[in-house]
Amino acid sequence: MKNTNYETVVGMEIHVELSTATKMFCRCPFPTLQDQPNTLTCPICLGLPGALPFPNKQAIESCIQIGLALNCKINKDSFFERKNYFYPDLSKGFQISQYLHPFGEKGYLDIKINGVEKRIGITRVHMEEDTGKLTHATVKGREVSLIDFNRSSVPLVEIVTEPDIRSGEEAKLFLTELQKIIRYLGVSDADMEKGHMRLEPNISLRPPGQTTLPKYKVEVKNINSFKFVDKAIQYEEKRHEELLDKGETPIQETRGWNEFKNKTVSQRSKEEAHDYRYFPEPDIPPIKITQDQISEIENKIPELPAEKIKRFAIDYGITEYNAEILTRDLKLAHFFEEAISVGIAYNIVPLTIANYIINKKPNIEELLPATLVKKIKEESTVLQIDNNVLESAIRTVMEKNPQAVADYKSGKVQIIGFLIGQTRQVLPNAKDTEQIRKKLTEMLE
Amino acid sequence: MKIDVKKVAKLSNLTISPDEEVEFDKQLNDIVVYIEKLNSIDTSEIEPTAQVTGLSNKLRNDNFSDDVLSQESALSGTKKTHNGLFVVDKLVDTT
Amino acid sequence: MNIQNFTITDIIEGYKKKEFSVGEIVNSYLERIEKLNPTLNAFLTVDKQNALKKTEGFGSNLTIEQFKNFPLLGVPFGIKDMFLTRGVRTTAASNVLKDYIPPYSATAVDRLESAGAISLGKLNHDAWAHGSSGENSDFGNTLNPWNKDYIPGGSSSGSAVAVAASLSPFSTGTDTGGSIRLPASFTNTVGLKPTYGLVSRYGVISMASSLDSIGHFSKTVRDSAIILNATAGVDGYDATVTDRAKEDYTKDLEMGIKGLKVGVPKEYINEGLSPEVKQTFENSLKILGKLGAEIIDITLPHTDAGIAVYYIIQPSEVSSNLARYDGIRYGNDRSFFGKEAKRRIMLGTFTLSSGYYDAYYKKAMQVRTLIGNDFDSAFKNVDVIVSPVSPTPPWKFGEKANDPLAMYLSDALTVTINLAGVPGLAVPAGFSHDKLPIGIQFVGPHFSESLLFKVGHSFEQETKFYKELAHLE
Repeated sequence: MKNTNYETVVGMEIHVELSTATKMFCRCPFPTLQDQPNTLTCPICLGLPGALPFPNKQAIESCIQIGLALNCKINKDSFFERKNYFYPDLSKGFQISQYLHPFGEKGYLDIKINGVEKRIGITRVHMEEDTGKLTHATVKGREVSLIDFNRSSVPLVEIVTEPDIRSGEEAKLFLTELQKIIRYLGVSDADMEKGHMRLEPNISLRPPGQTTLPKYKVEVKNINSFKFVDKAIQYEEKRHEELLDKGETPIQETRGWNEFKNKTVSQRSKEEAHDYRYFPEPDIPPIKITQDQISEIENKIPELPAEKIKRFAIDYGITEYNAEILTRDLKLAHFFEEAISVGIAYNIVPLTIANYIINKKPNIEELLPATLVKKIKEESTVLQIDNNVLESAIRTVMEKNPQAVADYKSGKVQIIGFLIGQTRQVLPNAKDTEQIRKKLTEMLE
Repeated sequence: MKIDVKKVAKLSNLTISPDEEVEFDKQLNDIVVYIEKLNSIDTSEIEPTAQVTGLSNKLRNDNFSDDVLSQESALSGTKKTHNGLFVVDKLVDTT
Repeated sequence: MNIQNFTITDIIEGYKKKEFSVGEIVNSYLERIEKLNPTLNAFLTVDKQNALKKTEGFGSNLTIEQFKNFPLLGVPFGIKDMFLTRGVRTTAASNVLKDYIPPYSATAVDRLESAGAISLGKLNHDAWAHGSSGENSDFGNTLNPWNKDYIPGGSSSGSAVAVAASLSPFSTGTDTGGSIRLPASFTNTVGLKPTYGLVSRYGVISMASSLDSIGHFSKTVRDSAIILNATAGVDGYDATVTDRAKEDYTKDLEMGIKGLKVGVPKEYINEGLSPEVKQTFENSLKILGKLGAEIIDITLPHTDAGIAVYYIIQPSEVSSNLARYDGIRYGNDRSFFGKEAKRRIMLGTFTLSSGYYDAYYKKAMQVRTLIGNDFDSAFKNVDVIVSPVSPTPPWKFGEKANDPLAMYLSDALTVTINLAGVPGLAVPAGFSHDKLPIGIQFVGPHFSESLLFKVGHSFEQETKFYKELAHLE
């Protein structure tokens, strides 16, 4: 459902914090939210005089994995660059990032909207470092900003999409799929609440039918959930429409999302274009990757959601819809497959296990797959009636209802329901209608 | 090309006095004129040198070291601290 | 005890022969510093306490075994104030870091101390290493001991003077565009600019990251090789250091230079050279010839572009490297920068800025390739290159101070070596008739320090200029 009479044009910029053991350019341990401020810093991430960066190999591999998972072309010749600007949370006065030759470029991610597949282009995937964290307070009557550099130089992967997203709903779907992939790769917990994943949509509107990009775009910051991305986009759609209807062009600027007021607020009175003066980072030699190394990294990528869904559907005879549910969480997917392998010995089919998990929603944190299978077996064994008892009961029913039997044989197959009911009256404990139906059908032939 | 000293000073996060502005304007623009002699050299087929070492792939393993500074050490360079944090005047563009 | 002539080698030999103790040596140098430094202003910080503490730690009974494990055992040295020293004030000779006490030390410092050397303190220089004369320190000029009206050269002014005036037998320095070789040549000392990527830059305040080379001053070439043995090699913190097999740089010293092909770049020998420098240089060539070397004319065609390339690349990197000095985590705010620092920061910001990057920085990087190619080609025909270090002998204080561009042009013969990343060894070559020192430099292919030491040692032992001492009261 479109929000306005215009076409929405949204590109997303996402930052993912990688969960490496050490930081990006120094050997400080990865910080947690429990750490005391400025207790996980060293000369490098604190920007002390004389300190030099030394890149984390694991982080780069993870970045390349994300690039590969997003179908990017991996640049075999890559290097870091300095992005120069002044801000108190940026300890060196520049951020080591990538500009001209990111690790990954020109990829895509396919999502399903209302059953229809849509391809969202990925412009680039690159490696950079995080800044320190700023908070604000009043100290001794003075309004101040306070800086904690624990987060400084944590590895970040920046993912930029093409402006292919057309609504808040699409943005949510895209982000959900992206988050799933990142969790599957195991490179980050991608937990929004913990700040592992940060989002910035760039939003603009254009008249329907126009294929060129609008001449402006508005960047929205301070969004910390997928729900708010949707709301922010919707808010901006309405705001831009109002202006465009009046013949005005929305100002190109950065706005902040205010989740309490459910609106965006302009952050800068005058848009100052940053001149980042990018130049190749002289302290870090270039990264040259061979095709073999790319293949090696690619081989380490686990089966991704899209593949897993297809395989579950084919191998286990479940619908893609149900497969999607079972693969939303990688832990659940693994649990399911373990249960299947246990289930073989008990003659329980994957479909049964799938249905059980989806309908009964057992707590897999407190349950072993084998235990689940046993449970299923028990619950269905109780339902199973001894074959001879069943056959004898059905013979009785058939004798007592010759008309029904004749009707069935002449084609009125729906009469089997009546016969099942009659059987259950004879055997009040028989709960497995499927078993009764099977036997009846067999004996009616 | 001429240097706009005022603009460049701002971009460099430097404050310069009006006297310095005049002095630097002459000195820096003289230097710029000098360095423009490179324009006469043909570099059309030449690759730029960013690194003279010829090294590549200098990466480290994801392992700890004992370089982490204590909070005291990290803060030791300045008196402008509060509860373990560095202090600056409240920033205008706060998110 | 007259320590004025002492080299590292002399000191170590003296210790081994029990002619004197570490305490006596260290105290002699400290006394000499106390007497002469107030005038010369070579040391900014004299670390007497630490020096004496370390001295005590060595005790009096040193064994030969210990000298094997600690090649600089008990040898005092001075540290250019661009090198961080844990717990000891490090200023970059700038008011921005006037009272800064770092929590860690530079790799080079750690290695020298691990080899047994004892730091006497921190040495003055042009603030942030920006300078060729020693006149840009925020803490006053360092004077040339050969004539106090004349500049000692920069930026490593204090480091050169400390050795020249025998305030310490050796000192550390940095060379980004000639900052070791120029003051060495102006003070009759030996100055080594190693190959870029041989000695770790970790813990040395960055000036221009792709050009900074970590080197040192000494009285003799042998001493220089001993020091390099301690500082060279990978440390896991500087990603631009090449991983190479360990080398003993003293190994080839005595081998002589018969048949060595020595190149003289024709672009260096031009009207810009003062007659005295030209004369000294020609004498040097005669001596090399006498020692068996073959002098060959070579060309380094892009020499003339060197200053322009250097004064684009260097300020660009400087502008970025000095961005961290905002007074928030340490030091004073940016209003404390001196004029030369401000000039270079602004010049570099300009050359990197949007719209100008291609015309300046990228262009300079391309000409840098051409300059590197010049050296590669030259070394196909010769083993080493020899040239003057400065077009003129030392000049008087104030002569070029108000003309930054004129000051920059004094680097004409040194900057291309930094741009190519090759090593350069400056050695004493004589004096002007005002008795001001004039040096020459030997330049070799990447990682050819052993070769440079061999030539330098032969030349030095033939000429013995290092035995001349500046007359100070």
